[in-house]
Amino acid sequence: MKDKKTLTFMLMDAPFENARTTTAMRLIDIAARRGYDINVFAYEGAVYLPFAAQKQHANAVHGHDVVQEDHPLPREWVEAVVQEAAKNGGRVDWVNCGLCVDERGAVDTVAGVRRGSPADFWKMATSSDNTLVIATK
Amino acid sequence: MKTLNIIETAYRATLEEQDDPVLWIMHALKGAGAEQGVVLRANAVNYTVKAQGVPPLAIGARRQQQGPRLAEAVSGLIGKGVEVYAVSDDLTERGLQSEELIDGIKMVRKADLPALCGGYDQVWHW
Repeated sequence: MKDKKTLTFMLMDAPFENARTTTAMRLIDIAARRGYDINVFAYEGAVYLPFAAQKQHANAVHGHDVVQEDHPLPREWVEAVVQEAAKNGGRVDWVNCGLCVDERGAVDTVAGVRRGSPADFWKMATSSDNTLVIATK
Repeated sequence: MKTLNIIETAYRATLEEQDDPVLWIMHALKGAGAEQGVVLRANAVNYTVKAQGVPPLAIGARRQQQGPRLAEAVSGLIGKGVEVYAVSDDLTERGLQSEELIDGIKMVRKADLPALCGGYDQVWHW
């Protein structure tokens, strides 16, 4: 692809806490649809985005059982962007900060996520067309 | 015990949660027998706007089925007998007119909030 880009995203927010996570995943999704090569460095609470133990639940306030509620799970979003990028000729290299994982016990992740360090983020950034930091506020 | 819940943080993880978690717990607490009032202030006054809507979110092949329905969540509280106020100064700052809002919202000026708080045993700021 002539205009193929490599983009790096640094995410910091834990799932289910604010709109930045959704915005970040939407941006990554757009890049995946364009077949870009995407690097994600998940730092601090963001290491919980691909956490494998996330589960859907029913919602009595909404009057929905678990199937009707169909609660979105960030681990599914991570899997979805990995698949979307691959489908369009790109790839997602998702790196969870290892120390952040250890602090939180967030060891079990969906497939396609690897453990790394800030040195990986630096390598990602220096080999990318651009880097977007979406930090906790 | 009567609590007044001042909701200021708005649109926080509403797509992931498919609701606002503070409005959600207001419903749950009401169901548990709580006596409570709600004040929507700052960006949370936008929860009273009828015309808002959320198109389905799609991340890759994962499509959301149940987007958040925030104005309905506020209406639902009113329907359960919860007094819901919106800070009129904050509505004005955002150019929102009363005809754009859901039914049953009471207005309170910032200057009148202390008196409103005085009518409750506890004030919880969200």
